[in-house]
Amino acid sequence: MSTTRAGLDSPADAPDPGPAIRRATWWRLLLRDRFACLAVVILLFVGAAALVGPMLFGDLATRQNLRAVNRPPFSLDDGWAFLLGSDSLGRSVLARLVVASRTTLSVALPAVVISLVVGSIWGMWAGFHRGWRENISMRVADVILSFPALLLAVVVLYVFSPSAANIILVLAIARIPIYLRAARAESAELQSRLFVDAARTFGTRSWAIIGRHVAPTVLPTLFTVASLDFCFVMLTESSLSFLGIGIQPPDMSWGLMVAQGRQVLQSAWWIAVFPGLAIVVTTVSATVLASWARLAMDPGQRWRLTLPRSRRANKALVKEVRP
Amino acid sequence: MLTFLRRRIASSALPLVVVILGVFCLARLTGDPGNLYLPLSATPEMRAEFAARHGFDQPLFVQFGDYLTQVFRLDFGESLRTAEPAADAVLRAFPATLQLAGATMILAILGAVVVGSWAAYRPNSVADRVASFTSTTAASMPDFWFAIMGVLVFAVALGWLPTSGTEGAAAWVLPVLTLLIRPFGVLVQVVRGAMVTALSAPYIKVARSKGAGEVRVVFGHALRNAAPPALTVAGDLTVGLVNGAVVVETIFGWPGIGKLMITSILQRDFAVLQAAVLVTAITIFALNIVIDACYALLDSRVRQGVTT
Repeated sequence: MSTTRAGLDSPADAPDPGPAIRRATWWRLLLRDRFACLAVVILLFVGAAALVGPMLFGDLATRQNLRAVNRPPFSLDDGWAFLLGSDSLGRSVLARLVVASRTTLSVALPAVVISLVVGSIWGMWAGFHRGWRENISMRVADVILSFPALLLAVVVLYVFSPSAANIILVLAIARIPIYLRAARAESAELQSRLFVDAARTFGTRSWAIIGRHVAPTVLPTLFTVASLDFCFVMLTESSLSFLGIGIQPPDMSWGLMVAQGRQVLQSAWWIAVFPGLAIVVTTVSATVLASWARLAMDPGQRWRLTLPRSRRANKALVKEVRP
Repeated sequence: MLTFLRRRIASSALPLVVVILGVFCLARLTGDPGNLYLPLSATPEMRAEFAARHGFDQPLFVQFGDYLTQVFRLDFGESLRTAEPAADAVLRAFPATLQLAGATMILAILGAVVVGSWAAYRPNSVADRVASFTSTTAASMPDFWFAIMGVLVFAVALGWLPTSGTEGAAAWVLPVLTLLIRPFGVLVQVVRGAMVTALSAPYIKVARSKGAGEVRVVFGHALRNAAPPALTVAGDLTVGLVNGAVVVETIFGWPGIGKLMITSILQRDFAVLQAAVLVTAITIFALNIVIDACYALLDSRVRQGVTT
């Protein structure tokens, strides 16, 4: 990998430095971009909330207090737990947000990982072999993609009960074609390259070639697709929960919390507003990180990240063109 | 061009058939409609009679065969719930969704072309950064939450717009905005990216040096070359619009096809569900062909079947 890619690397870090230096470069690049940094911090925060939140707030999130119903936010009268107000059963909105982050992430992450793994392996295999394997795979992708994901999920979740596992499965299947197409296109292009031919000449088996020569080149693209797709999966899960066919009470998810807050929108706006804000902040962070990663993983574009943000666009090109 | 279209139609007919078959089978799995439409005290004879009347006692493939022959005679069966022809229910709901989706897509494309080109004209200017931030946020906005916030601000707090219904222009504002937000955000990013590339190409320099005005350079030369990727994305987004329509129609009580599908799934109204899915699938199918035709008109390499 390092020998085939060294020639492509940017002047900044060629010849290829050792893994330790390369990791340091990553950090440096990340720290130079304020927005990407902020996105990482937010995502880490959400991840931490999902990891330890339920242990700390699990009890608080379900404890009802009918004497403190619909308390408005931003007041410390009832203690810091009610900083974001309480819902129509007197439960702390803040604690419910933290606990719900685990449900939301534990649906979105497995769905993305499953579709990434299945889709990319299938796509690389299809693109590597071309011919009928490629044709059949592409038709399968067409079939899945030609139908709106949400509607498919509605039908499937109505047939099989709407448990978290079924939601993950439906979302994973609905998103496999995205990775399948991306991986197929890249691997079809790679399999005609000289280094793949060389490996074939030495009698390397096709799975070994895919794993050793195709995958390392295709994976960066797929990871970028995955981080963007994370938003889509999270939004779809929220929509399903909002429509009442996703996560079911007493479990909590951000989408479900919005649905519950909708009933009392006129009297207690905060119950619906905060979970929605949590969704927006998380998905925007994932998008920002994805666009950073797209630059960082592309050896031809990576040097742009060493510039300050204001000078990053194709300035040289534009200046040359504009009179 | 005709060969291109023929090949395209042949390759997208398969997904169409599979989707129709898939929904037919899945709908049958949602449970016995007899449980829902007959009283609890119904005798086994009554249940058998109900199943026989609607053909549910036949094996699945026989049911599917019957269904197909009926569809070819344009008979879509009748609704279990209201006993009216399923085609009537679907044709009543479909224009509402079509109008909503059409208005949304036209506004999204026009807006994205203007904003995206503007942002791409001077990369990293203030306009570009505002456009980037707005489009990123718009593209990752949960539409149901946006709708509720719209209701909260413009209907509950300010009282300018109605919370639901289809009467008058004011009722259209929130549904169209909600449906618009995600396609708009995604399209702005695509148009901007494609336009930055197009505007830095040598042919733009040529156009400027022969004295073409800036408007002609941006919209005549650059946009024409930036259009294909934007068009592809717009096509995918239109399929996704059905997703949005389900949410929007539920929230705003819009009597469209998304709401009809959700109700007919919950009511096990197979005939209506199948007719609705059929109409939607055919529309998406036709739309994809139209988009590919536009694509081919714009790019002669696609037209001649040259693959890269």
